[in-house]
Amino acid sequence: MENNQNVLEVRNLKINFNTYAGTVKAIRDVSFDLRKGETLAIVGESGSGKTVTTRSIMGLNSPNAVIAGGSIMFKNQDLLKKSRKQMDAIRGNNIAEIFQDPMTSLDPTMKIGKQIAEPLIIHKGMKREKAYAQALEMMKLVGIENAEQRINNYPHQFSGGMRQRIVIAIALVNYPEILIADEPTTALDVTIQAQILDLMKELQTKTNTSIIFITHDLGVVAGMADRVAVMYAGKIVEYGTVDEIFYNPKHPYTWGLLNSMPTMDTSGTELPSIPGTPPDLLDPPKGDAFAARNKYALEIDTKQQPPFFKVSDTHYAATWLLDPRAPKMTPPEQIIERQKHYAKLTHEAIDEHKDKHVEEQEEQL
Amino acid sequence: MVKYLGKRIFYIILTLFIVSTITFFLMKFMPGTPLTNQAKLTPSQIHQIYKQYGLDKPVWQQYLVYLAGVVHGNFGVSFQFSNQAVSYLIGSRMGPSLIIGGQGMIVGVLLGLVLGSLGAVKANTWIDTTSTIVSILLVSIPSFVLAVLLQYYLGLKLRWFPIADWGGFIYTVLPTMALAASPLAETARFMRTEMVDVLSSDYIELAKAKGLGKVGIIYHHALRNSLIPIITIIGPLTVNIMTGSMVVENIFSVPGIGEQFVKSVLTNDYPTIMGLTIVYCAMLCVVLLITDILYGLIDPRIRLSGQSN
Repeated sequence: MENNQNVLEVRNLKINFNTYAGTVKAIRDVSFDLRKGETLAIVGESGSGKTVTTRSIMGLNSPNAVIAGGSIMFKNQDLLKKSRKQMDAIRGNNIAEIFQDPMTSLDPTMKIGKQIAEPLIIHKGMKREKAYAQALEMMKLVGIENAEQRINNYPHQFSGGMRQRIVIAIALVNYPEILIADEPTTALDVTIQAQILDLMKELQTKTNTSIIFITHDLGVVAGMADRVAVMYAGKIVEYGTVDEIFYNPKHPYTWGLLNSMPTMDTSGTELPSIPGTPPDLLDPPKGDAFAARNKYALEIDTKQQPPFFKVSDTHYAATWLLDPRAPKMTPPEQIIERQKHYAKLTHEAIDEHKDKHVEEQEEQL
Repeated sequence: MVKYLGKRIFYIILTLFIVSTITFFLMKFMPGTPLTNQAKLTPSQIHQIYKQYGLDKPVWQQYLVYLAGVVHGNFGVSFQFSNQAVSYLIGSRMGPSLIIGGQGMIVGVLLGLVLGSLGAVKANTWIDTTSTIVSILLVSIPSFVLAVLLQYYLGLKLRWFPIADWGGFIYTVLPTMALAASPLAETARFMRTEMVDVLSSDYIELAKAKGLGKVGIIYHHALRNSLIPIITIIGPLTVNIMTGSMVVENIFSVPGIGEQFVKSVLTNDYPTIMGLTIVYCAMLCVVLLITDILYGLIDPRIRLSGQSN
């Protein structure tokens, strides 16, 4: 498969949750593509719909979730139309997931060898010995030392970082086309975080798996992602390559997110934050959901939802500020600094750009 | 493991000592005498009988004599059954009690596990409601009421099973059902709560993400993890069965130790009461020891030290 080909196409996804208080419109028209071998980061604060989106891809939303529209195309088939049994055959085989907390995501009463071998036995119909042999290979691949002995250990005999390696081994043992990583490093301490991220990148180059990386940590995004989608209140508000999002952000929400990320220069002063809270999705606002927290909001923002405006072939943002009729706005100071940096980047040769980019990422991390 | 077992057995002996001591003195403080028709006896006859059985001595001396006997394996002679040795009496009556008690326990716990799991898997459906109602009913109806109901409907009306007496498997069915009710209800309630909890845990989510079907998830992951707290209640359930058996054996005329125990208490048959108390207590201690070992088998995190790795 060519690396530019889409392995997953999410179109106009709408998910509601029926609750006692009413219908919560958790996902409100989300569309994105995932390409072969790339890492797409979905960022946004809690409750923005990141996890619900990926749960829908896995077919694992809670029973009160209602698909109100849209499609999730994988291998020319709509995952939303699959039965539970059909989804069982895809989960853990073509699409796998890594969860947030490695301390609780392994079965405490089952030896880890069996836990890693399980997807092979389920999907490939492997015999025990063969599956265990492959599980052992996988344990070595994710960097578990003494794998021959450790295969008979239980989860409580491993540290958090090691457990997350095991969870990754379980996810990748069938070499899935898509790996969903839902905040895989949030529960780990920073040094272990870096190790796990390195491991994921290394395995991705070996297996050419596409990764959907859910996080609220922009520092992690800079090091991991090829492309970034920013979600707010159940919608994607801006998406582009990692450079475009980091150095040429257009949506005021992305500005806010970037500004609230500490950098090496941040010291002494209070870290900027986005004022207010996300809107109540029981009754989403008519216009731009971010308008109430946005000091750059225009009058139209309260009346009509902004469409996506094209910034470049790969970069789109849903904000009225990009409309030709909008008044000129000066973004925050730090964002201007970032944009200056971006201008410099785009003028340099592609190769240098790459090198520079890598350095920048390291700084970010 | 050997060291652990040794320690546990020491504690069991200590427990037995304390329990038998307390029982001995309580029993002596109870009103009444072992004599069935005291009014017809002359004081000298009574004195003669008391002397024969050592009941004329002070209580503490009787206690020491009894204790010395027990240490030598002599549990005394029954007052009520033509001077049979207590150890023989209990030994010959142990079988029926173990059969109905064991059957009641196994049937009750297994059905309870099934009922509780069904309730949890189908949480908040009619199946769940039914399972809850069944367990509430079974836990609320006292075993003697249930026993009589079973006798009336399954024995007298439908004539499926003999109402009472002893003599083969068919005679054990009704007593087993009566005894199984309480463990069934308790297990079902615990299992439902625990399974609901386990089913919402992260590792079940991961099992789903692996593509494991519903049955596979329950069989491979949920069941074993839900069983851990269930083991805790096996001890109390055993007590339920033991106390239940005293009533149930009487109702169904099962020649077991429960029926024997009640008779002995009613006739102040001191040596038999003591012997049975020690037997009951020892059985409970052994069950508790087994449950503690079971813990380690089911949950690797609480494996006894020296056993893991």
